[in-house]
This record gives sequence, structure tokens and C-alpha cells, in this order.
Amino acid sequence: MKNQSIKVLQGKKKHVLETWMKFQLSDESLREDLMSNEELRIQSEELLDAFLTNLKDDTIDDPKSSAFEAVVDILSGISISRAKQGFTPRETGIYIFSLKDALLNILQQEIKDPQELYVQSLKINKLIDSFGVVTFETFIKGREEVILRQTDEISEISTPVIRVWDGILALPIIGTLDSSRTQVVMESLLQEIVETGSSIAILDISGVPAVDSLVAQHLIKTVSATRLMGAECIISGIRPEIAQTVVHLGIDLSQVITKSSLASALRAAFQMLQLTVVKKQRVQSITE
Amino acid sequence: MEKIPILRMGDLLLVTIQVDLYDRLAETLESDLVLMIKKTGAQGVLIDISAVSIIDSFMGRIIGNIATMSKIMDAETVVVGMQPAVAITLVELGLPLNGVLSALNVERGMELLKGKIALKGASFEDDEDGYPE
Repeated sequence: MKNQSIKVLQGKKKHVLETWMKFQLSDESLREDLMSNEELRIQSEELLDAFLTNLKDDTIDDPKSSAFEAVVDILSGISISRAKQGFTPRETGIYIFSLKDALLNILQQEIKDPQELYVQSLKINKLIDSFGVVTFETFIKGREEVILRQTDEISEISTPVIRVWDGILALPIIGTLDSSRTQVVMESLLQEIVETGSSIAILDISGVPAVDSLVAQHLIKTVSATRLMGAECIISGIRPEIAQTVVHLGIDLSQVITKSSLASALRAAFQMLQLTVVKKQRVQSITE
Repeated sequence: MEKIPILRMGDLLLVTIQVDLYDRLAETLESDLVLMIKKTGAQGVLIDISAVSIIDSFMGRIIGNIATMSKIMDAETVVVGMQPAVAITLVELGLPLNGVLSALNVERGMELLKGKIALKGASFEDDEDGYPE
């Protein structure tokens, strides 16, 4: 004998979809700005289709059965795309749980025996709850992917080596300097020194929020490596707070050339290369 | 036995290390170089390590030793052409080679050495003006 709720639900598929859509559309948190109603309808129909087709006597008690793989796949897809589109977890949750409301609603209308209704509701409840868990899992996974990608991007874009003058490189460091970033910074700086044949490198730390003894050690390492390559290294952008912490921590930066701003570091670099910057007008007035 | 050639260029000694150093070779180089400084009375030593891709703490110390030895024998040492990976390794090993001068390539190293030697000579001959140019 076929399970009663399966028969009812499969027979009333259209009705279920309508009820579900009604629930979704009537909810306050509906995001029409992120997804149009037609899209939502297509998505919902696809999911419901997969769900009802695979809803059989032997699978209704077992949400992990292989028959529901298609459903889980569709759900994961929806969940990840929603995470990337910027839906809140609440909105995604309401999406799947409103399906439960719709299913129970239909069952209530069709099954008259209270005992039977209770048993069937419990089964549907369990099934949809486990789908809800899957949804949240994939939703969070989707979000984590976004975060991971952003972390990678940040560490890539945050260490550009800039050639400010012939023979002078600048490296503005933005964000906290940990050992893995120091490694990236050091490698890209040294590589660039070799490629451009530069003799002076300016490390600008005005974008580093805090300098502790570890960060200072990383900085000193970078300076030492640059020196070993035969180039001079200037640290610029030392803010007053940083100067205070450095002295309070007892870090010795006396071996390193330090300047308060990138401009003064550049001036020092010009001096080392015996270059001068002269105003154009003055040159003209001399030649005239 | 393999040997690293030490070339004489006027006042300078030129050492180009073309192979990856192993311990024995480095030790031989150390003693050969000190002998050569004595023999020629060289004012400066230029060591080109651009072909060295692997370095360990022993080799780092040998290079530091060579520089210190030359210094007390009155010859400046410049290490040129260190590869980025080697520089990072030395720093990570805690051997920043503080007493050693370094330069990006042979040309720059030569300039640096000549400048140093000229400075030294000038300070002996002319106490008022340290810069000969």
C-alpha cells in the first residue's frame, strides 16, 4: 500500500506549489531586489519536482537515502547561489521552511484521521528539517568560500612593489604583518630588486595598524635580507603611536634607517643616489 | 681536487663561485683566500655568489669568516649577486652577515670597493679632505 501522504502530495503537486509560492510571497522578508518572482517560481518548481518524484514509501523515513541526492544537489545549488547573492541565512531558511508549511497545510486538508495526520506530519517534518540542515551547511560553506577568496585577494593585492624612481622601489604594507605575509613581501621585494637593479627600497608601514615585537622582527628580517642583496632599505610611515610602542617594547631599530613619511624617505633616497629635485621655474630663470 | 679560482685584478681579488659550495671546498677557499691576500697585499676582495642557489648555516658562517679575516688583514670584502632565496635563507638562519658589504652585481660591487679603497687611501694621505674626488 502506498503511503497516504505521498499519494496526496504527489496528486496535489500544483496545489502544493501554489500554496508554497503564496507563503513565500506573503512573507515580509521576500527579497524582490535580489530575485524576481518568476525566477523564484522556477527554482521552487524544480525543487518540488525533484522532491515529490523521489518521495517513495521506502525513502520517506530516510532523508539520507540516495534517492534524495538530486534534491540535496538542487538545494545546495540554490543555497550557494543565495549565499553569493547576499541573501541572509534567515531568508534562505524561510524559503525551505515555508515548503514545510505548504506540505503540512495540504496534508491537513486531505487527511481527516487525526492519528494518521500526526504520523504523516511528523514524517514530513523530519524530512524537511534535515533538508533545512543541509541548506544551512551549504549556505555557510558558500559564505566561507567567498571569505576565503577575499582573503586570497587581499594578500595578493596588498603587497605591490612600486617603482617610484629609477633605482628606488617602494612597498606600501597595508594590514597586519604576519609571518606568511612577511614571506610574500620579502620574496616579491627581493625579486623586484633583482629585476630592476634597484639599490634602495622603501618599506612604508603607515598602513600597518599595530607594531608588536613580532612585526618588528619581521621588518628587521626584511631589511637584513635587502641589505644582503646589496640594496639599502628605508622604513617609512612610522606613526607616533608606533614609535611609542617600539620604544616601550624595547625594540632596537637603530640599525635601520627610519623616516616618518614616505616623502622624507624619498628625499633620503634621492640624497643617497645624489639626485636633487629642482623647481622648473627656477631653472628657467637661471637659463634666461 | 676541485678548487675555486682566485683572480687578481690590480688591487683587488676576484672570486667567482660557479658551483654549489660544499664544506671542504668552502674551507679550502677560506685558507686560499687569506694566503692570497697576504701574498698580493690586496686591498679588496669581491666574491660573486650569483651562481650559488643553496646555502646553509656553515656556508653562511664561512662567508662571514672570510669577510672578518680580510678585514683584519686590511682588505674590504664585498659579496655580490646574492639570490633572493639565499638572502631569505640567511636571514631566517639568523645570519644577517652584518660585517659584510654586499652589492647587487659585480659592477656595483666594484664601484663600492673602489670607493672604499679610495676613501681609505685618502684618509691616510690627506687628513683634511676624506673625499679624493
